[in-house]
Amino acid sequence: MIDLSHVSKAFGENRVLRDVTLTIDKGTSMVIIGGSGTGKSVLLKCILGLVTPDSGTISLDGQDVTKADRDAFLARFGMLFQGAALFDSLPVWQNVAFRLLRGSLQKPRDEARAIAIDKLRRVGLKPDVADRFPAELSGGMQKRVGLARAIAADPEIIFFDEPTTGLDPIMAGVINELIREIVTEMGATAMTITHDMTSVRAIADRVAMLHDGVIQWTGPVSQLDSSGDAYVDQFISGRAEGPIEAVR
Amino acid sequence: MSLLSPFGALGRATLALMAVVGRVALFALTALSHVLRPPFYARELGLALLNIGWLSLPVVGLTAIFTGAALALQIYSGGARFNAEAVVPQIVAIGMVRELGPVLVGLMIAARVTSSIAAEIATMKVTEQIDALVTLSTDPMKYLVAPRVLAGLIVVPLLVAVGDVIGIFGGYAVATGSLGFNAAAYLKNTMDFLEPLDVISSLVKGCAFGGLAALMGCYFGMASGRGAQGVGRATKGSVEAAAVLILAANFLLTGAFFTL
Repeated sequence: MIDLSHVSKAFGENRVLRDVTLTIDKGTSMVIIGGSGTGKSVLLKCILGLVTPDSGTISLDGQDVTKADRDAFLARFGMLFQGAALFDSLPVWQNVAFRLLRGSLQKPRDEARAIAIDKLRRVGLKPDVADRFPAELSGGMQKRVGLARAIAADPEIIFFDEPTTGLDPIMAGVINELIREIVTEMGATAMTITHDMTSVRAIADRVAMLHDGVIQWTGPVSQLDSSGDAYVDQFISGRAEGPIEAVR
Repeated sequence: MSLLSPFGALGRATLALMAVVGRVALFALTALSHVLRPPFYARELGLALLNIGWLSLPVVGLTAIFTGAALALQIYSGGARFNAEAVVPQIVAIGMVRELGPVLVGLMIAARVTSSIAAEIATMKVTEQIDALVTLSTDPMKYLVAPRVLAGLIVVPLLVAVGDVIGIFGGYAVATGSLGFNAAAYLKNTMDFLEPLDVISSLVKGCAFGGLAALMGCYFGMASGRGAQGVGRATKGSVEAAAVLILAANFLLTGAFFTL
């Protein structure tokens, strides 16, 4: 279980997160929605320790993440970045098996390659992609490789940062289905940040809406359309009129 | 505007400069500590050695040979004013080994390698590859910075040695080919005149310049701002800083070796 309690973060005068309190139960898929610049990515990076909160606590299974053994903590996570964030200088299979080629999860090179190819197959890519470089792949293929890398070490928790941004609707649908299938079959806890409502409905068990650094609403995805929250209603219907200012 | 405003501005500029110096110093100390502590990434070190060392050889060689050749011509024509044309071998040797070899190689490395390291790491930062490294339990200081700094420390002295030899050869080729010097006498004068301290100072300067060039590339890359403009600024700033620091370090090291 991931527990955020009164987390705040500011960059200079810009207060990105304001007293955020949120719980993500083990094995559930939580999707954080909200417009651009509302603090979704910062929230995710705070959990991973990439950004240090100014105040508040973040705990994983009851243990404060800032006091946990960093390697052991990160070994439990997998993450798909918005732009895939693949390492240009490494072939695809070494990107996927990055964690398996070094550190505490290191495996023999042949075994790591076999796992990488298996994970590539799992995300619908053929083994011949393994020896290509990221720059030779389309955006959709890069996202799949990023997904394969996120699940390579069979993590307990997977984060997805805008998984469908920049993809055509068909490829976005494929990625959404893959995420749902993988999270279900691995029994992983998932946290996705997106403003793509198709992704929300495909991936989420629960949804939280972040606006202006504050969690405006949280609840099961089945209640999203009847939340009664003006912010959520405006966001999911895509209206310019409402409490959310269209120009931020 | 009060009379004290200029002092306030000066104070703010000084504080800002001191903050940058502090950040760079802390970065350098952290980088050097990672150079000494495991885990070590042999593949990354190998690639950095190849990129900084082997792939810089053509530009270093060409720079050195033309500089050595031009130096011989200058010393010959300048020396003729007081009948000292015969000192061409000695002055080319001492000029290349003590000064021009290390400085020119250092500046070439700043132009070629520092810019490339800064642009590469800054692009990795902008595209979240640095964040990805962290989430994959890999310390970017250890994986990206330490191998490049270590490679700079190891391989730039070797490049300086190669540059010194090629520069002296450039002077030799011009002196024997068009200035009428005897080949054997030229080489003998060169070898007799150089002292071990000349060569040691050259190699130490190479080591310092290599470390500075790699450090500046890594620092500006890691501190890069967002977007293409951020990458551009990081690249430009890294080359400027590396060049200035190399020239300043050259002055200090020359003073330490030859005047203390």
